[in-house]
Amino acid sequence: MRISYREAMRQALHDALASDPRVFLMGEDVGRYGGTYAVSKGFYDEFGPERIRDTPLSELGFVGAGIGAALGGMRPIVEVMTVNFSLLALDQIVNSAALLRHMSGGQVSVPLVIRMATGAGRQLAAQHSHSLENWYAHIPGIRVLAPATIADARGMLAPALADPDPVVMFEHAQLYNMEGKLPDNWQCDIERAAIRRPGSQLSLITYGGSLPKALDAAAELARDGIDVEVVDLRVLRPLDTETIAESVSRTHRAVIVDEGWRSGSLAAEVMARIVENCFYDLDAPPVRVCSEEVPIPYAKHMEGAALPQPAKIVAAVREVLNV
Amino acid sequence: MFDFTLPSLGADMDEGKLIEWKVKPGDAVSKGQVVAIVDTSKAAVDVEIWQDGVVHELLIEPGERIPVGTVLATLLEPGEEAPPQGAARGGRQAGARAPAAPGAGAAETARLRISPAARKRAEALGVDLARLNGSGPGGAVTLADVEVAVQPGAPKAPEAAPAAHPAADRNAEMRRAIAAAMSRSKREIPHYYLSETIPMARAQNWLTQANEGRPITERLLMAVVQLKAVAAALAQYPEMNGFFRDGRFEPVQAAHIGVAISLRQGGLIAPALHDVGSKPLDQLMRELADLVKRTRAGSLRSSEMSDPTITVTNLGEQGVETVMGVIYPPQVALVGFGRIMERPWVEDGALVALPTVVASLAADHRVSDGHRGALFLAELRERLLRPEEL
Repeated sequence: MRISYREAMRQALHDALASDPRVFLMGEDVGRYGGTYAVSKGFYDEFGPERIRDTPLSELGFVGAGIGAALGGMRPIVEVMTVNFSLLALDQIVNSAALLRHMSGGQVSVPLVIRMATGAGRQLAAQHSHSLENWYAHIPGIRVLAPATIADARGMLAPALADPDPVVMFEHAQLYNMEGKLPDNWQCDIERAAIRRPGSQLSLITYGGSLPKALDAAAELARDGIDVEVVDLRVLRPLDTETIAESVSRTHRAVIVDEGWRSGSLAAEVMARIVENCFYDLDAPPVRVCSEEVPIPYAKHMEGAALPQPAKIVAAVREVLNV
Repeated sequence: MFDFTLPSLGADMDEGKLIEWKVKPGDAVSKGQVVAIVDTSKAAVDVEIWQDGVVHELLIEPGERIPVGTVLATLLEPGEEAPPQGAARGGRQAGARAPAAPGAGAAETARLRISPAARKRAEALGVDLARLNGSGPGGAVTLADVEVAVQPGAPKAPEAAPAAHPAADRNAEMRRAIAAAMSRSKREIPHYYLSETIPMARAQNWLTQANEGRPITERLLMAVVQLKAVAAALAQYPEMNGFFRDGRFEPVQAAHIGVAISLRQGGLIAPALHDVGSKPLDQLMRELADLVKRTRAGSLRSSEMSDPTITVTNLGEQGVETVMGVIYPPQVALVGFGRIMERPWVEDGALVALPTVVASLAADHRVSDGHRGALFLAELRERLLRPEEL
């Protein structure tokens, strides 16, 4: 069945709400408006205002309320509209959600799912175009997911809700309209990275909104006889080092694509693990394709130039292969 | 001691690959001697040296790709003593490999660039990494280089490198080089174009007579007559001959005419026929035949690549009437000849059929104006009307 990423996410939420009375959805405009990205459209009428709760514009407040509900035995799904606004809720996420199990000596846990859109590419200017997945992936105590396919959009929420600790899900805003076939076996884990395209000459490692760009680049390179493997990290914390190392040990070369800024990026962490684990298998220095280190521009051509693009990925691969 | 650097062998060259050294440390060299062969995007070029001396140290190994301006070797002035061991001068490109130079003092060995995977594999296979040519980024030896080296029939030494340049690559590189030079020309040079129809009956008759009794191999071609006429006209109009560099025109006394030669596999090269103005036609004919042959065989000398002061292109054989050319920077003019064909012509009030050719001039308006260009073409016409004086 062909569906959109948005529809896959909607189905996942619907399943969760329908199958577990402890689950409820909370966030800005999720109810009457149907969600900023229309993921929860129709839920308000179907499940009622108790379970589909519109919140005031106060991220710190409603994420805190979600943590409280989780402590109290509920299974809240909190939608922080975008990662840009999540900065207002950092204290609740980092100091409370991530640490309460530790601070309570294991007496309590916070089974909370926080969803947020992320990324640039839609001319929303610098304050609404952040890719800060790496900030969250830095924090012990939370699991960070980046569904980048239809199947992961459909399948990741259930295991995230089953996790006894907080899970942050990043949905790249550019992916919502992506359409594809929903496989029959869309159920998935939230542990492992996935090889989205097998290849032999180089590992192209990426996640989230950059995955379709990496796959486009790989397809273009294939037309020139260059066989590239594409690895989707899927789980940004904890990173699946084993899959990364297995792939790079086999291909001997790596290009990491990350919409975050280069300095202190997730790409830097992936590169560090490659060097730690695969140094003697490397046939060329790993290379990163990241966003330019500038505030993301508003103007369309400049925004495009600031972000990783298939052409930049192709050029980086050719540089590493020296072809 | 002085440095021998990789010269630019044309406006479209920014790097080259050293194919072979023709000298070794200790050899005495003289001005004009070919000392190395360098592969450019267009051809393998014999690179000459422009100063007498004795080769002290070769700094670049065959197979290395190097930017224009890289120091390739150091030489001692005639009579100069070699410096004590260990006093080798710097100036090498970072990461470049120092070759083992027997008898030339202690050649410092820079660390070879070898990927960790290649190093591990080479150890397992017992391959000597110092013997390999790197194909990876920055010339690093890669896994594939090690594996190729142990295959039966693998090239044993870096000297086999030129074969690793497939024709398709060469063509693509040449296309890129031409694209870069021509784009630069159209971007930077304000061209103006003039043309003039020149009666060729006298020149043809003269040529027929001159060739009478000559064996086929020594016959003159009209192309060489045209080249000589261009050189003669240039002597009167020096602003068509030279280079425009760093915002000003540098005239050149001698007419080193770049002759546009198309290659069978596509693309073209316009190497210099040196000092056309001062050489007799017979000599020019021999040199032109040799130049065409060597161009198509891909063995040109560096001075032929970098010296042309003007280009002449002749597309008459292809059957066109008129050529409107693109100047090859940093030159300032290009002369084009079309096909020699019979046209209706009015002479002394009567209509006759005469062989004529259209000569065109594309010139750099920063250096000359249309008025002078027109006089130049008129002079060219007069020269071709008096072929016996050439």
